[in-house]
Amino acid sequence: MTAVRLDRLGTYFILCTFSLLALYPVLSILFLALHKKTDLVSGFAFPTRIDLSSFEAAWTEGHFATGFKSSFIVAGAVTAASAVLSIGTGYAFGTMRFTGDRIVFPIILLGIIFPYEATVIPLYYDFQDVPLLHWNLLNTYWALILPQIGQSVAFGTFWMRAFFRSTPRSLIEAARIDGASSFGVLWRVLMPQAMPAVLTMSVLVFTYTWNEFLLALVLVSGTESHQTAPLGLSFFAGASRASDPTKVAAAAVLVALPILLVYLFLQRHFVRGMLAGALKE
Amino acid sequence: MADEGADAARPGELDPGAPRKRRRGPTRAPGDPRNIGWLYVLPGLAFYVLFTLAPLLHTVYYSLFDWDGLTPKTWVGLANYSEALRDSVLRDSFVHSAILIVYYAVFPVIIGLGLTAALTRSAIRGFRFFRTVLFLPQLIAGVVIAQAWTWIYASEGPLNRFLELIGLGSLARPWLGDFTWALPSIGAIGSWVTFGLCMVLFIAGVQKIPTSLYDAARVDGAGPVREFFAVTLPGLRAEILVAFVLTTINALRSFDIVYNTTAGGPGGSTIVPSMYMYQNAFLYNRVGYAAAISTVLAIAIFLLAALVLRIGDRGEHQ
Repeated sequence: MTAVRLDRLGTYFILCTFSLLALYPVLSILFLALHKKTDLVSGFAFPTRIDLSSFEAAWTEGHFATGFKSSFIVAGAVTAASAVLSIGTGYAFGTMRFTGDRIVFPIILLGIIFPYEATVIPLYYDFQDVPLLHWNLLNTYWALILPQIGQSVAFGTFWMRAFFRSTPRSLIEAARIDGASSFGVLWRVLMPQAMPAVLTMSVLVFTYTWNEFLLALVLVSGTESHQTAPLGLSFFAGASRASDPTKVAAAAVLVALPILLVYLFLQRHFVRGMLAGALKE
Repeated sequence: MADEGADAARPGELDPGAPRKRRRGPTRAPGDPRNIGWLYVLPGLAFYVLFTLAPLLHTVYYSLFDWDGLTPKTWVGLANYSEALRDSVLRDSFVHSAILIVYYAVFPVIIGLGLTAALTRSAIRGFRFFRTVLFLPQLIAGVVIAQAWTWIYASEGPLNRFLELIGLGSLARPWLGDFTWALPSIGAIGSWVTFGLCMVLFIAGVQKIPTSLYDAARVDGAGPVREFFAVTLPGLRAEILVAFVLTTINALRSFDIVYNTTAGGPGGSTIVPSMYMYQNAFLYNRVGYAAAISTVLAIAIFLLAALVLRIGDRGEHQ
Protein backbone atom coordinates (compact mmCIF):
# COMPACT_ATOMS: atom_id res chain seq x y z
CA MET A 1 0.00 0.00 0.00
CA THR A 2 2.69 2.46 1.01
CA ALA A 3 4.79 1.36 -1.95
CA VAL A 4 1.96 2.24 -4.28
CA ARG A 5 1.58 5.58 -2.51
CA LEU A 6 5.27 6.29 -2.85
CA ASP A 7 5.12 5.33 -6.49
CA ARG A 8 2.28 7.70 -7.10
CA LEU A 9 4.05 10.48 -5.22
CA GLY A 10 7.07 9.95 -7.46
CA THR A 11 4.88 10.12 -10.54
CA TYR A 12 3.38 13.43 -9.54
CA PHE A 13 6.74 14.79 -8.50
CA ILE A 14 8.15 14.08 -11.96
CA LEU A 15 5.12 15.47 -13.74
CA CYS A 16 5.08 18.63 -11.62
CA THR A 17 8.80 19.25 -12.07
CA PHE A 18 8.64 18.98 -15.82
CA SER A 19 5.43 20.95 -16.05
CA LEU A 20 7.14 23.72 -14.17
CA LEU A 21 10.05 23.48 -16.58
CA ALA A 22 7.64 23.82 -19.49
CA LEU A 23 5.94 26.77 -17.87
CA TYR A 24 8.89 28.71 -16.54
CA PRO A 25 10.13 30.49 -19.68
CA VAL A 26 6.59 31.65 -20.38
CA LEU A 27 6.20 32.88 -16.82
CA SER A 28 9.59 34.56 -16.80
CA ILE A 29 8.75 36.75 -19.75
CA LEU A 30 5.37 37.56 -18.21
CA PHE A 31 7.09 38.56 -14.96
CA LEU A 32 9.46 40.78 -16.87
CA ALA A 33 6.58 42.34 -18.77
CA LEU A 34 4.79 43.26 -15.56
CA HIS A 35 7.61 45.63 -14.64
CA LYS A 36 8.40 48.99 -16.09
CA LYS A 37 11.70 50.18 -17.50
CA THR A 38 12.72 52.19 -14.44
CA ASP A 39 12.53 49.06 -12.26
CA LEU A 40 15.89 48.01 -13.79
CA VAL A 41 14.92 44.36 -13.60
CA SER A 42 17.41 41.57 -13.21
CA GLY A 43 17.34 37.94 -12.17
CA PHE A 44 14.05 36.23 -11.53
CA ALA A 45 12.09 39.46 -11.54
CA PHE A 46 9.10 38.33 -9.51
CA PRO A 47 6.71 41.23 -9.85
CA THR A 48 5.90 42.75 -6.49
CA ARG A 49 3.16 44.86 -7.95
CA ILE A 50 1.51 44.59 -11.29
CA ASP A 51 2.38 47.38 -13.65
CA LEU A 52 0.79 47.32 -17.08
CA SER A 53 2.53 50.39 -18.44
CA SER A 54 4.94 48.24 -20.47
CA PHE A 55 2.01 46.70 -22.31
CA GLU A 56 0.65 50.11 -23.15
CA ALA A 57 4.02 51.31 -24.35
CA ALA A 58 4.61 48.16 -26.39
CA TRP A 59 1.17 48.33 -27.98
CA THR A 60 1.60 51.88 -29.22
CA GLU A 61 5.35 52.02 -29.92
CA GLY A 62 5.44 48.60 -31.59
CA HIS A 63 2.43 49.43 -33.78
CA PHE A 64 0.74 46.24 -32.68
CA ALA A 65 -2.70 47.51 -33.60
CA THR A 66 -1.66 47.18 -37.25
CA GLY A 67 0.30 44.00 -36.55
CA PHE A 68 -2.70 42.33 -34.96
CA LYS A 69 -4.98 43.48 -37.73
CA SER A 70 -2.66 42.03 -40.37
CA SER A 71 -2.24 38.78 -38.47
CA PHE A 72 -5.98 38.36 -37.95
CA ILE A 73 -6.71 39.07 -41.62
CA VAL A 74 -4.03 36.69 -42.87
CA ALA A 75 -4.67 33.89 -40.36
CA GLY A 76 -8.44 34.25 -40.71
CA ALA A 77 -8.38 34.16 -44.50
CA VAL A 78 -5.96 31.23 -44.65
CA THR A 79 -7.95 29.26 -42.08
CA ALA A 80 -11.31 29.82 -43.76
CA ALA A 81 -10.11 29.21 -47.31
CA SER A 82 -8.07 26.13 -46.50
CA ALA A 83 -10.94 24.66 -44.46
CA VAL A 84 -13.35 24.95 -47.40
CA LEU A 85 -10.79 23.63 -49.89
CA SER A 86 -9.67 20.77 -47.65
CA ILE A 87 -13.23 19.63 -46.97
CA GLY A 88 -13.56 19.26 -50.73
CA THR A 89 -10.27 17.45 -51.31
CA GLY A 90 -10.65 15.33 -48.18
CA TYR A 91 -14.17 14.32 -49.18
CA ALA A 92 -13.03 13.25 -52.64
CA PHE A 93 -9.94 11.34 -51.49
CA GLY A 94 -11.74 9.83 -48.52
CA THR A 95 -14.94 8.57 -50.15
CA MET A 96 -14.45 8.41 -53.90
CA ARG A 97 -12.20 6.82 -56.42
CA PHE A 98 -11.35 8.67 -59.57
CA THR A 99 -8.77 8.56 -62.29
CA GLY A 100 -5.42 9.55 -60.92
CA ASP A 101 -6.44 9.82 -57.27
CA ARG A 102 -3.66 7.51 -56.17
CA ILE A 103 -1.06 9.64 -57.89
CA VAL A 104 -2.37 13.03 -56.82
CA PHE A 105 -2.87 12.26 -53.14
CA PRO A 106 0.77 11.42 -52.36
CA ILE A 107 1.85 14.52 -54.26
CA ILE A 108 -0.35 16.68 -52.04
CA LEU A 109 0.93 14.83 -49.00
CA LEU A 110 4.45 15.96 -49.90
CA GLY A 111 3.43 19.52 -49.12
CA ILE A 112 3.11 18.71 -45.42
CA ILE A 113 6.81 18.13 -44.96
CA PHE A 114 8.41 20.86 -47.04
CA PRO A 115 9.14 24.03 -45.11
CA TYR A 116 8.71 27.53 -46.48
CA GLU A 117 12.51 27.64 -46.66
CA ALA A 118 12.15 25.56 -49.82
CA THR A 119 9.67 27.87 -51.56
CA VAL A 120 10.32 31.37 -50.28
CA ILE A 121 12.91 32.43 -52.87
CA PRO A 122 10.71 31.97 -55.97
CA LEU A 123 7.72 33.33 -54.06
CA TYR A 124 9.66 36.54 -53.47
CA TYR A 125 10.62 36.97 -57.11
CA ASP A 126 7.33 35.78 -58.58
CA PHE A 127 5.24 37.99 -56.31
CA GLN A 128 7.31 40.99 -57.35
CA ASP A 129 6.05 40.57 -60.86
CA VAL A 130 3.43 37.85 -61.16
CA PRO A 131 4.04 35.89 -64.37
CA LEU A 132 1.62 36.88 -67.18
CA LEU A 133 -0.37 39.27 -64.97
CA HIS A 134 2.50 41.58 -64.00
CA TRP A 135 1.07 42.42 -60.59
CA ASN A 136 3.28 43.29 -57.69
CA LEU A 137 1.97 41.40 -54.68
CA LEU A 138 4.95 42.01 -52.40
CA ASN A 139 3.94 43.83 -49.22
CA THR A 140 0.28 42.88 -49.65
CA TYR A 141 -1.77 40.42 -47.63
CA TRP A 142 -2.03 38.23 -50.72
CA ALA A 143 1.68 37.48 -50.55
CA LEU A 144 1.12 35.81 -47.19
CA ILE A 145 -2.35 34.39 -47.72
CA LEU A 146 -1.87 32.54 -51.01
CA PRO A 147 1.24 30.47 -50.15
CA GLN A 148 -0.10 29.59 -46.74
CA ILE A 149 -3.38 28.38 -48.23
CA GLY A 150 -1.32 26.19 -50.56
CA GLN A 151 0.61 24.65 -47.69
CA SER A 152 -2.41 24.35 -45.36
CA VAL A 153 -4.42 22.52 -48.01
CA ALA A 154 -1.78 19.78 -47.89
CA PHE A 155 -2.27 19.24 -44.18
CA GLY A 156 -6.03 19.81 -44.43
CA THR A 157 -6.41 17.22 -47.18
CA PHE A 158 -4.53 14.67 -45.14
CA TRP A 159 -6.60 15.45 -42.06
CA MET A 160 -10.06 15.59 -43.65
CA ARG A 161 -9.40 12.50 -45.77
CA ALA A 162 -8.65 10.55 -42.61
CA PHE A 163 -11.92 11.80 -41.15
CA PHE A 164 -14.07 11.03 -44.20
CA ARG A 165 -12.54 7.57 -44.47
CA SER A 166 -13.62 6.87 -40.92
CA THR A 167 -17.27 7.74 -41.52
CA PRO A 168 -19.52 4.68 -41.92
CA ARG A 169 -19.83 3.65 -45.53
CA SER A 170 -23.47 2.71 -45.00
CA LEU A 171 -24.35 6.30 -44.19
CA ILE A 172 -23.17 7.50 -47.58
CA GLU A 173 -24.81 4.58 -49.38
CA ALA A 174 -28.13 5.15 -47.65
CA ALA A 175 -28.09 8.81 -48.64
CA ARG A 176 -27.29 7.88 -52.24
CA ILE A 177 -30.14 5.42 -52.32
CA ASP A 178 -32.37 8.26 -51.18
CA GLY A 179 -31.21 10.10 -54.26
CA ALA A 180 -28.82 12.55 -52.69
CA SER A 181 -26.24 14.10 -54.99
CA SER A 182 -22.58 13.92 -54.04
CA PHE A 183 -22.80 17.46 -52.73
CA GLY A 184 -25.96 16.58 -50.84
CA VAL A 185 -24.18 13.67 -49.17
CA LEU A 186 -21.35 15.96 -48.15
CA TRP A 187 -23.46 18.88 -47.03
CA ARG A 188 -26.41 17.22 -45.34
CA VAL A 189 -25.03 13.88 -44.18
CA LEU A 190 -21.32 14.20 -43.52
CA MET A 191 -20.75 17.84 -42.62
CA PRO A 192 -22.82 17.79 -39.41
CA GLN A 193 -20.54 15.05 -38.13
CA ALA A 194 -17.40 16.62 -39.50
CA MET A 195 -17.53 19.76 -37.41
CA PRO A 196 -15.13 18.57 -34.65
CA ALA A 197 -12.59 17.46 -37.25
CA VAL A 198 -12.95 20.77 -39.10
CA LEU A 199 -12.53 22.67 -35.85
CA THR A 200 -9.35 20.78 -34.98
CA MET A 201 -7.93 21.47 -38.42
CA SER A 202 -8.89 25.14 -38.26
CA VAL A 203 -7.35 25.61 -34.84
CA LEU A 204 -4.05 24.15 -36.04
CA VAL A 205 -3.98 26.09 -39.30
CA PHE A 206 -4.80 29.31 -37.48
CA THR A 207 -2.01 28.72 -34.98
CA TYR A 208 0.60 27.87 -37.59
CA THR A 209 -0.39 30.86 -39.69
CA TRP A 210 -0.43 33.23 -36.73
CA ASN A 211 3.04 32.07 -35.66
CA GLU A 212 4.61 32.05 -39.14
CA PHE A 213 7.70 34.19 -39.43
CA LEU A 214 9.94 33.54 -42.47
CA LEU A 215 7.32 34.33 -45.11
CA ALA A 216 6.37 37.55 -43.37
CA LEU A 217 10.01 38.55 -43.03
CA VAL A 218 10.70 38.06 -46.72
CA LEU A 219 7.40 39.02 -48.32
CA VAL A 220 5.94 41.92 -46.30
CA SER A 221 8.76 43.54 -44.38
CA GLY A 222 8.77 46.48 -46.81
CA THR A 223 5.74 48.27 -45.40
CA GLU A 224 4.76 48.71 -41.79
CA SER A 225 1.07 48.60 -42.63
CA HIS A 226 1.11 44.91 -43.60
CA GLN A 227 3.54 43.47 -41.08
CA THR A 228 2.21 40.59 -39.02
CA ALA A 229 2.40 40.58 -35.24
CA PRO A 230 5.39 38.20 -35.01
CA LEU A 231 7.31 40.22 -37.60
CA GLY A 232 6.47 43.42 -35.73
CA LEU A 233 7.74 41.79 -32.55
CA SER A 234 11.00 40.81 -34.22
CA PHE A 235 11.61 44.37 -35.46
CA PHE A 236 10.50 45.89 -32.18
CA ALA A 237 12.84 43.62 -30.23
CA GLY A 238 15.74 44.51 -32.49
CA ALA A 239 15.08 48.21 -32.02
CA SER A 240 14.30 48.44 -28.31
CA ARG A 241 15.49 45.40 -26.36
CA ALA A 242 18.72 47.07 -25.37
CA SER A 243 16.99 50.17 -24.03
CA ASP A 244 13.95 48.57 -22.40
CA PRO A 245 13.58 44.78 -22.12
CA THR A 246 10.29 45.06 -20.23
CA LYS A 247 8.60 46.61 -23.23
CA VAL A 248 9.81 43.86 -25.55
CA ALA A 249 8.67 41.25 -23.03
CA ALA A 250 5.23 42.84 -22.96
CA ALA A 251 5.11 42.80 -26.75
CA ALA A 252 6.07 39.11 -26.76
CA VAL A 253 3.27 38.31 -24.32
CA LEU A 254 0.81 40.23 -26.50
CA VAL A 255 1.80 38.29 -29.62
CA ALA A 256 1.42 34.96 -27.83
CA LEU A 257 -1.86 35.89 -26.14
CA PRO A 258 -4.43 35.15 -28.87
CA ILE A 259 -3.10 31.61 -29.38
CA LEU A 260 -2.89 31.02 -25.63
CA LEU A 261 -6.51 32.07 -25.26
CA VAL A 262 -7.62 29.71 -28.02
CA TYR A 263 -5.53 26.98 -26.40
CA LEU A 264 -7.20 27.54 -23.06
CA PHE A 265 -10.60 26.77 -24.51
CA LEU A 266 -9.75 24.28 -27.22
CA GLN A 267 -6.69 22.48 -25.86
CA ARG A 268 -8.15 19.07 -26.66
CA HIS A 269 -8.13 20.02 -30.34
CA PHE A 270 -4.50 21.09 -30.33
CA VAL A 271 -3.24 17.93 -28.71
CA ARG A 272 -5.46 15.69 -30.79
CA GLY A 273 -4.49 17.44 -33.99
CA MET A 274 -0.78 17.38 -33.38
CA LEU A 275 -0.55 13.83 -32.06
CA ALA A 276 -3.39 11.85 -33.58
CA GLY A 277 -2.75 13.41 -36.97
CA ALA A 278 0.79 12.18 -36.89
CA LEU A 279 -0.08 8.74 -35.58
CA LYS A 280 -3.09 8.11 -37.72
CA GLU A 281 -1.49 7.17 -40.98
CA MET B 1 -23.01 22.87 -57.22
CA ALA B 2 -23.14 21.52 -60.73
CA ASP B 3 -22.74 17.92 -59.72
CA GLU B 4 -26.47 17.19 -59.39
CA GLY B 5 -26.71 16.66 -63.11
CA ALA B 6 -23.59 14.60 -63.25
CA ASP B 7 -24.97 12.28 -60.63
CA ALA B 8 -28.31 11.90 -62.30
CA ALA B 9 -26.56 10.89 -65.50
CA ARG B 10 -25.24 7.79 -63.81
CA PRO B 11 -28.29 6.04 -62.48
CA GLY B 12 -26.44 2.79 -62.08
CA GLU B 13 -24.75 4.15 -59.03
CA LEU B 14 -27.96 4.70 -57.22
CA ASP B 15 -29.15 1.19 -57.85
CA PRO B 16 -29.36 -0.50 -54.49
CA GLY B 17 -29.43 -3.92 -56.05
CA ALA B 18 -26.10 -3.59 -57.81
CA PRO B 19 -23.53 -5.77 -56.10
CA ARG B 20 -20.66 -3.80 -54.65
CA LYS B 21 -17.25 -5.26 -54.49
CA ARG B 22 -15.54 -4.92 -51.18
CA ARG B 23 -12.26 -3.26 -51.75
CA ARG B 24 -9.40 -3.88 -49.45
CA GLY B 25 -5.97 -2.52 -48.92
CA PRO B 26 -5.10 0.41 -46.69
CA THR B 27 -4.12 2.86 -49.41
CA ARG B 28 -7.30 2.57 -51.42
CA ALA B 29 -10.18 4.84 -50.61
CA PRO B 30 -13.44 3.02 -50.07
CA GLY B 31 -15.62 4.49 -52.74
CA ASP B 32 -17.06 4.09 -56.16
CA PRO B 33 -15.14 5.13 -59.21
CA ARG B 34 -16.51 8.62 -59.69
CA ASN B 35 -14.57 11.15 -61.63
CA ILE B 36 -16.72 13.77 -60.04
CA GLY B 37 -14.12 13.57 -57.30
CA TRP B 38 -11.97 15.83 -59.44
CA LEU B 39 -14.49 18.62 -59.00
CA TYR B 40 -13.85 18.57 -55.27
CA VAL B 41 -10.11 18.16 -55.60
CA LEU B 42 -9.37 20.78 -58.23
CA PRO B 43 -9.81 24.03 -56.26
CA GLY B 44 -7.59 22.89 -53.40
CA LEU B 45 -5.15 21.26 -55.77
CA ALA B 46 -4.86 24.49 -57.77
CA PHE B 47 -3.71 26.44 -54.70
CA TYR B 48 -1.33 23.70 -53.72
CA VAL B 49 0.20 23.41 -57.19
CA LEU B 50 0.48 27.15 -57.76
CA PHE B 51 1.82 28.20 -54.39
CA THR B 52 3.68 25.18 -53.02
CA LEU B 53 4.58 22.70 -55.72
CA ALA B 54 5.49 25.18 -58.45
CA PRO B 55 7.71 27.31 -56.17
CA LEU B 56 9.37 24.11 -54.97
CA LEU B 57 10.29 23.17 -58.53
CA HIS B 58 11.12 26.77 -59.29
CA THR B 59 13.66 26.70 -56.47
CA VAL B 60 15.39 23.73 -58.08
CA TYR B 61 15.38 25.61 -61.40
CA TYR B 62 16.95 28.72 -59.85
CA SER B 63 19.63 26.57 -58.28
CA LEU B 64 21.05 25.89 -61.76
CA PHE B 65 21.78 29.58 -62.40
CA ASP B 66 24.14 32.24 -61.24
CA TRP B 67 21.81 35.12 -60.42
CA ASP B 68 21.92 38.25 -58.30
CA GLY B 69 18.14 38.74 -58.46
CA LEU B 70 18.38 41.77 -60.76
CA THR B 71 20.47 41.21 -63.87
CA PRO B 72 19.74 38.32 -66.26
CA LYS B 73 20.47 34.83 -65.02
CA THR B 74 23.45 32.83 -66.26
CA TRP B 75 23.12 29.08 -66.63
CA VAL B 76 25.82 27.34 -64.60
CA GLY B 77 24.50 23.79 -64.39
CA LEU B 78 25.51 22.13 -61.16
CA ALA B 79 28.20 24.66 -60.29
CA ASN B 80 26.23 25.92 -57.29
CA TYR B 81 26.13 22.41 -55.91
CA SER B 82 29.82 21.80 -56.39
CA GLU B 83 30.47 25.12 -54.67
CA ALA B 84 28.16 24.00 -51.86
CA LEU B 85 30.32 20.93 -51.38
CA ARG B 86 33.40 23.12 -50.91
CA ASP B 87 31.75 25.84 -48.83
CA SER B 88 33.01 25.51 -45.27
CA VAL B 89 30.28 27.82 -43.91
CA LEU B 90 27.60 25.60 -45.40
CA ARG B 91 29.34 22.53 -44.02
CA ASP B 92 29.41 24.18 -40.60
CA SER B 93 25.75 25.02 -40.89
CA PHE B 94 24.84 21.38 -41.51
CA VAL B 95 27.07 20.29 -38.64
CA HIS B 96 25.21 22.79 -36.45
CA SER B 97 21.93 21.35 -37.69
CA ALA B 98 23.08 17.86 -36.77
CA ILE B 99 24.00 19.10 -33.30
CA LEU B 100 20.61 20.78 -33.02
CA ILE B 101 18.93 17.49 -33.96
CA VAL B 102 20.58 15.95 -30.92
CA TYR B 103 19.08 18.68 -28.75
CA TYR B 104 15.69 18.86 -30.48
CA ALA B 105 15.13 15.18 -31.09
CA VAL B 106 17.52 12.80 -29.30
CA PHE B 107 17.55 14.38 -25.84
CA PRO B 108 13.78 14.91 -25.63
CA VAL B 109 13.07 11.37 -26.84
CA ILE B 110 15.51 9.88 -24.30
CA ILE B 111 14.23 12.12 -21.52
CA GLY B 112 10.64 11.34 -22.48
CA LEU B 113 11.31 7.60 -22.50
CA GLY B 114 13.17 7.71 -19.20
CA LEU B 115 10.39 9.61 -17.51
CA THR B 116 7.73 7.40 -19.00
CA ALA B 117 9.56 4.40 -17.61
CA ALA B 118 9.79 6.07 -14.22
CA LEU B 119 6.12 6.96 -14.11
CA THR B 120 3.90 4.26 -12.72
CA ARG B 121 1.60 2.73 -15.22
CA SER B 122 -1.48 3.33 -13.13
CA ALA B 123 -3.81 5.88 -14.71
CA ILE B 124 -2.62 9.34 -13.82
CA ARG B 125 -5.30 11.48 -12.33
CA GLY B 126 -5.21 14.99 -13.67
CA PHE B 127 -3.17 13.92 -16.69
CA ARG B 128 -5.17 16.31 -18.83
CA PHE B 129 -3.83 19.21 -16.83
CA PHE B 130 -0.24 18.04 -17.16
CA ARG B 131 -0.75 17.39 -20.82
CA THR B 132 -2.02 20.92 -21.33
CA VAL B 133 1.02 22.42 -19.64
CA LEU B 134 3.61 20.11 -21.20
CA PHE B 135 2.24 20.84 -24.63
CA LEU B 136 2.30 24.59 -24.22
CA PRO B 137 5.76 25.27 -25.76
CA GLN B 138 4.55 23.70 -29.03
CA LEU B 139 2.08 26.47 -29.75
CA ILE B 140 4.07 29.55 -28.98
CA ALA B 141 5.48 31.48 -31.92
CA GLY B 142 9.20 31.04 -32.48
CA VAL B 143 9.68 34.79 -32.27
CA VAL B 144 8.08 34.86 -28.83
CA ILE B 145 10.10 31.85 -27.64
CA ALA B 146 13.23 33.63 -28.83
CA GLN B 147 12.35 36.71 -26.75
CA ALA B 148 11.67 34.63 -23.63
CA TRP B 149 14.95 32.77 -23.86
CA THR B 150 16.98 35.80 -24.83
CA TRP B 151 15.90 37.18 -21.46
CA ILE B 152 16.64 33.93 -19.61
CA TYR B 153 20.14 33.83 -21.13
CA ALA B 154 20.84 37.56 -20.72
CA SER B 155 23.80 38.69 -18.57
CA GLU B 156 21.46 39.98 -15.90
CA GLY B 157 18.82 37.33 -16.60
CA PRO B 158 17.36 34.51 -14.51
CA LEU B 159 19.81 31.76 -15.54
CA ASN B 160 22.90 33.65 -14.43
CA ARG B 161 21.15 34.74 -11.25
CA PHE B 162 20.25 31.12 -10.54
CA LEU B 163 23.87 30.04 -11.04
CA GLU B 164 25.03 32.71 -8.62
CA LEU B 165 22.42 31.58 -6.14
CA ILE B 166 23.70 28.00 -6.09
CA GLY B 167 27.31 29.09 -5.91
CA LEU B 168 28.23 28.58 -9.55
CA GLY B 169 28.48 32.27 -10.33
CA SER B 170 31.79 31.68 -12.09
CA LEU B 171 29.88 29.93 -14.87
CA ALA B 172 27.65 32.95 -15.49
CA ARG B 173 28.06 34.48 -18.92
CA PRO B 174 26.01 36.08 -21.69
CA TRP B 175 25.12 32.67 -23.07
CA LEU B 176 23.99 33.62 -26.56
CA GLY B 177 27.03 35.83 -27.12
CA ASP B 178 29.50 33.10 -26.25
CA PHE B 179 31.29 31.29 -29.09
CA THR B 180 31.25 27.94 -27.32
CA TRP B 181 27.91 28.17 -25.59
CA ALA B 182 25.63 29.90 -28.10
CA LEU B 183 24.82 26.75 -30.08
CA PRO B 184 24.12 24.53 -27.06
CA SER B 185 22.03 27.38 -25.66
CA ILE B 186 19.88 27.41 -28.79
CA GLY B 187 19.79 23.62 -28.62
CA ALA B 188 18.43 23.81 -25.09
CA ILE B 189 15.63 26.04 -26.35
CA GLY B 190 14.79 23.29 -28.84
CA SER B 191 14.83 20.65 -26.13
CA TRP B 192 12.42 22.81 -24.16
CA VAL B 193 10.10 23.17 -27.14
CA THR B 194 9.93 19.45 -27.90
CA PHE B 195 10.30 17.47 -24.65
CA GLY B 196 6.67 17.96 -23.61
CA LEU B 197 5.50 16.67 -26.97
CA CYS B 198 7.58 13.52 -26.48
CA MET B 199 6.37 13.01 -22.91
CA VAL B 200 2.72 13.38 -23.85
CA LEU B 201 3.14 11.02 -26.80
CA PHE B 202 4.89 8.35 -24.75
CA ILE B 203 2.67 8.55 -21.68
CA ALA B 204 -0.42 8.25 -23.88
CA GLY B 205 1.21 5.38 -25.78
CA VAL B 206 2.22 3.41 -22.72
CA GLN B 207 -1.37 3.41 -21.47
CA LYS B 208 -2.32 1.53 -24.61
CA ILE B 209 0.12 -1.35 -24.03
CA PRO B 210 -1.90 -4.33 -22.75
CA THR B 211 -1.39 -4.91 -19.03
CA SER B 212 -1.07 -8.62 -19.73
CA LEU B 213 2.32 -8.02 -21.34
CA TYR B 214 3.60 -6.44 -18.14
CA ASP B 215 2.10 -9.21 -16.04
CA ALA B 216 3.78 -11.80 -18.22
CA ALA B 217 7.11 -10.02 -17.92
CA ARG B 218 6.76 -9.93 -14.14
CA VAL B 219 5.85 -13.60 -13.98
CA ASP B 220 9.02 -14.29 -15.93
CA GLY B 221 10.90 -12.45 -13.23
CA ALA B 222 11.84 -9.39 -15.28
CA GLY B 223 13.02 -6.41 -13.28
CA PRO B 224 12.07 -2.83 -14.15
CA VAL B 225 14.96 -2.53 -16.62
CA ARG B 226 14.17 -5.74 -18.50
CA GLU B 227 10.52 -4.78 -18.43
CA PHE B 228 11.32 -1.46 -20.05
CA PHE B 229 13.38 -2.97 -22.86
CA ALA B 230 11.15 -6.01 -23.41
CA VAL B 231 7.71 -4.43 -23.17
CA THR B 232 7.65 -0.64 -23.00
CA LEU B 233 10.18 0.15 -25.70
CA PRO B 234 8.72 -2.18 -28.38
CA GLY B 235 5.22 -1.07 -27.41
CA LEU B 236 6.11 2.57 -28.06
CA ARG B 237 7.70 1.95 -31.46
CA ALA B 238 5.15 4.00 -33.40
CA GLU B 239 5.23 6.86 -30.90
CA ILE B 240 9.03 7.01 -30.87
CA LEU B 241 9.04 7.14 -34.64
CA VAL B 242 6.54 9.97 -34.75
CA ALA B 243 8.42 11.84 -32.05
CA PHE B 244 11.65 11.58 -34.03
CA VAL B 245 10.07 12.88 -37.22
CA LEU B 246 8.29 15.81 -35.62
CA THR B 247 11.28 16.88 -33.56
CA THR B 248 13.86 16.41 -36.31
CA ILE B 249 11.82 18.46 -38.75
CA ASN B 250 11.49 21.04 -35.96
CA ALA B 251 15.28 21.09 -35.69
CA LEU B 252 15.78 21.53 -39.43
CA ARG B 253 13.23 24.35 -39.42
CA SER B 254 14.90 26.25 -36.60
CA PHE B 255 15.02 29.50 -38.59
CA ASP B 256 12.64 31.56 -36.41
CA ILE B 257 14.52 30.91 -33.21
CA VAL B 258 18.00 31.28 -34.66
CA TYR B 259 17.15 34.47 -36.53
CA ASN B 260 15.61 36.05 -33.44
CA THR B 261 18.26 35.04 -30.92
CA THR B 262 21.71 35.08 -32.53
CA ALA B 263 21.01 35.54 -36.27
CA GLY B 264 23.77 32.97 -36.80
CA GLY B 265 26.38 34.68 -34.65
CA PRO B 266 28.60 35.16 -32.83
CA GLY B 267 31.02 34.72 -35.70
CA GLY B 268 28.88 32.17 -37.51
CA SER B 269 28.91 29.80 -34.54
CA THR B 270 25.15 29.23 -34.70
CA ILE B 271 24.54 29.47 -38.42
CA VAL B 272 22.09 26.84 -39.75
CA PRO B 273 21.25 26.02 -43.40
CA SER B 274 17.98 27.99 -43.42
CA MET B 275 19.72 31.04 -41.98
CA TYR B 276 22.55 30.75 -44.49
CA MET B 277 20.01 30.37 -47.29
CA TYR B 278 18.26 33.53 -46.12
CA GLN B 279 21.52 35.47 -45.98
CA ASN B 280 22.56 34.38 -49.46
CA ALA B 281 19.19 35.07 -51.04
CA PHE B 282 18.24 38.33 -49.40
CA LEU B 283 21.41 39.92 -48.04
CA TYR B 284 24.24 38.80 -50.33
CA ASN B 285 22.10 38.64 -53.52
CA ARG B 286 23.34 35.17 -54.36
CA VAL B 287 19.94 33.85 -55.37
CA GLY B 288 21.08 30.82 -57.37
CA TYR B 289 23.36 29.62 -54.62
CA ALA B 290 20.67 30.19 -51.99
CA ALA B 291 18.27 28.13 -54.10
CA ALA B 292 20.82 25.32 -54.17
CA ILE B 293 20.99 25.40 -50.35
CA SER B 294 17.17 25.36 -50.23
CA THR B 295 17.11 22.35 -52.50
CA VAL B 296 19.63 20.43 -50.46
CA LEU B 297 17.67 21.21 -47.28
CA ALA B 298 14.41 20.11 -48.90
CA ILE B 299 16.00 16.86 -50.07
CA ALA B 300 17.34 16.21 -46.59
CA ILE B 301 13.87 16.69 -45.11
CA PHE B 302 12.26 14.59 -47.82
CA LEU B 303 14.66 11.68 -47.32
CA LEU B 304 14.01 11.74 -43.61
CA ALA B 305 10.24 11.71 -44.07
CA ALA B 306 10.41 9.00 -46.73
CA LEU B 307 12.47 6.83 -44.43
CA VAL B 308 9.93 7.16 -41.66
CA LEU B 309 6.95 6.64 -43.96
CA ARG B 310 8.53 3.40 -45.11
CA ILE B 311 9.04 2.19 -41.59
CA GLY B 312 5.47 3.23 -40.80
CA ASP B 313 4.23 1.33 -43.83
CA ARG B 314 5.92 -1.81 -42.66
CA GLY B 315 4.14 -1.45 -39.34
CA GLU B 316 0.77 -1.23 -41.04
CA HIS B 317 1.13 -4.54 -42.82
CA GLN B 318 2.09 -6.47 -39.74
